[in-house]
Amino acid sequence: MNISLLLEMAAEAAGDRVGLVCDGRRWTYGELLAAARGAVELIESSGASHVALLDESSEAAVIALFGAALAGVPYCPLNYRLADEDLAGLLGRIAPALIIGDVGRVERLSAGNGQVTMERGDFVAAAQEASVQPDREYDGGEGVAVQLFTSGTTAAPKAAILRHSNLLGYILGSVEFAAADESDAALVVVPPYHIAGISALMSSIYANRRIVMLPSFTPEGWLELVEAEKVTNAFVVPTMLTRIIAAMEEGASADVSSLRAVAYGGGKMPLEVIQKALQRFEHTGFTNAYGLTETSSTVALLGPDDHRAALASDDPKIRARLTSLGQALPAVEIEIRDEDGNILGPGEAGEIYVRGDQVSGEYKEKSALTADGWFPTRDAGYMDEDGYIFLSGRADDVIVRGGENMSPGEIEDVLLTHNAIADACACAIPSVEWGEAVGVALVLREGHLEPAEDEIRELVRARLRSSRVPEKIAFVPELPYNEMGKLLRRQVKTILAD
Amino acid sequence: MKPGTRLKSAACDTEVMVIRCGSGTIECGGAPMAEAKPAEAAALSPDFSAGTLMGKRYVDEAGAFELLCVKPGKGSLSVDGVGLNTKDAKPLPASD
Repeated sequence: MNISLLLEMAAEAAGDRVGLVCDGRRWTYGELLAAARGAVELIESSGASHVALLDESSEAAVIALFGAALAGVPYCPLNYRLADEDLAGLLGRIAPALIIGDVGRVERLSAGNGQVTMERGDFVAAAQEASVQPDREYDGGEGVAVQLFTSGTTAAPKAAILRHSNLLGYILGSVEFAAADESDAALVVVPPYHIAGISALMSSIYANRRIVMLPSFTPEGWLELVEAEKVTNAFVVPTMLTRIIAAMEEGASADVSSLRAVAYGGGKMPLEVIQKALQRFEHTGFTNAYGLTETSSTVALLGPDDHRAALASDDPKIRARLTSLGQALPAVEIEIRDEDGNILGPGEAGEIYVRGDQVSGEYKEKSALTADGWFPTRDAGYMDEDGYIFLSGRADDVIVRGGENMSPGEIEDVLLTHNAIADACACAIPSVEWGEAVGVALVLREGHLEPAEDEIRELVRARLRSSRVPEKIAFVPELPYNEMGKLLRRQVKTILAD
Repeated sequence: MKPGTRLKSAACDTEVMVIRCGSGTIECGGAPMAEAKPAEAAALSPDFSAGTLMGKRYVDEAGAFELLCVKPGKGSLSVDGVGLNTKDAKPLPASD
């Protein structure tokens, strides 16, 4: 089974239909498939072991993804925002590669790795012009379709492996073929090196839903494109939604009435932002999609009805679901386990485990799956009686004070109830007495005075146990986030250690 | 039979991709399917002529077989004479 099937079927059923709009250029499914088949010729003659993309989103991402699949070579989009040193390390790990995009940077960082480089425009033109034998055969899809380096917020990036079977399992199980109306359009703004960016391409193509690409996010650009292309579906990361709401509050306006569904994921959504979004986008259904690179994207979701029910409810338990990840997809199993692997009951905090066809759990170096096929996500959380999952953070971020495990999330949630605190991060600091203790970095809300340290400690003591009371408190101008809105706790630890 | 194998109908235009396969003969329009089309088309059995739909997945009761229709036709699918049913995707409420 090869993921190229998704594009082949779209081209077979609706070859003349527009499947992609990028920078004003419109591509039909037939044109995209022809270019992907042309790309196979380029990939094969390059002798590459990986096809890498070091570029923003464009038609080249679709052509390279499916071209690499047809050629039987892993597609490996790289994060162009990485520092030179980190990027050079990754380039060394995929050699020899065909690299599309920033040729100058690759040659500066990675000379002598035997790679072939092409600028985006040259690659696309060459793929369209390549001569292809009409009856030639393509890869059977038994190997790796996509190799993604994890974001490495807690450790060095790992090369996650997604096989054709994982990705097809996800798409066939969650997308109905050709289900989209011809007027439907999905706005894709997630970078191509993110799993959500890749699954958005595959699911939109299989549903025959026109992809509208916004290569470089601005809130104004996003709103304009929603209006101009009458976008019906969109996926955003929390920081994008935060900026869209802020721009609207400052007067940016657009006709967003076409927008039926907005999904979000990739980081923690602030409660305030989703509440505002539900009020601003009255007719839009919001979905929180929880997933990881290693699980081929979404494994749990909180749907539009859950959002509206939580917003309207007076029951604190139902209302709390607005911050939940939702429930497991039908084709996926989720369990919460303790450190010894025992399955925990409702309300008990532990590590989130996932199992299903779409779950790869595999790295180039080794598989992380348990003997019975479960993937330990390293995400910490708990589940309520109805199977709604709540995330408290990365398991590696748990603070262990004198043998007691504490999740940074619960301390941060309490700190954020203080009206002078705009943002908060709790993490472990070394303690001679306890091994680890709680340190917090806080961002002051504009127009407020810095609260006294005792006031902050008392707030935590009153709401949580005394062990959670921060030993060290630091006020900082802002907290470090990566471009996907993930808090970089390693950097906060460094700040607090000073 | 390996997952990913493409089978063609002997009786109509239907083509399927094997997603999961147990033991038994996969048929379309009442005639066994194969990787290559026979030189002479088989007759379409009236009992298996409801047609196939592009992009639908077809499964047996036991869940041993799962076929994805990649090209539609006039015949309908069966294993050892027992008709297969469609299996719907559980669409996500939004694209992602």
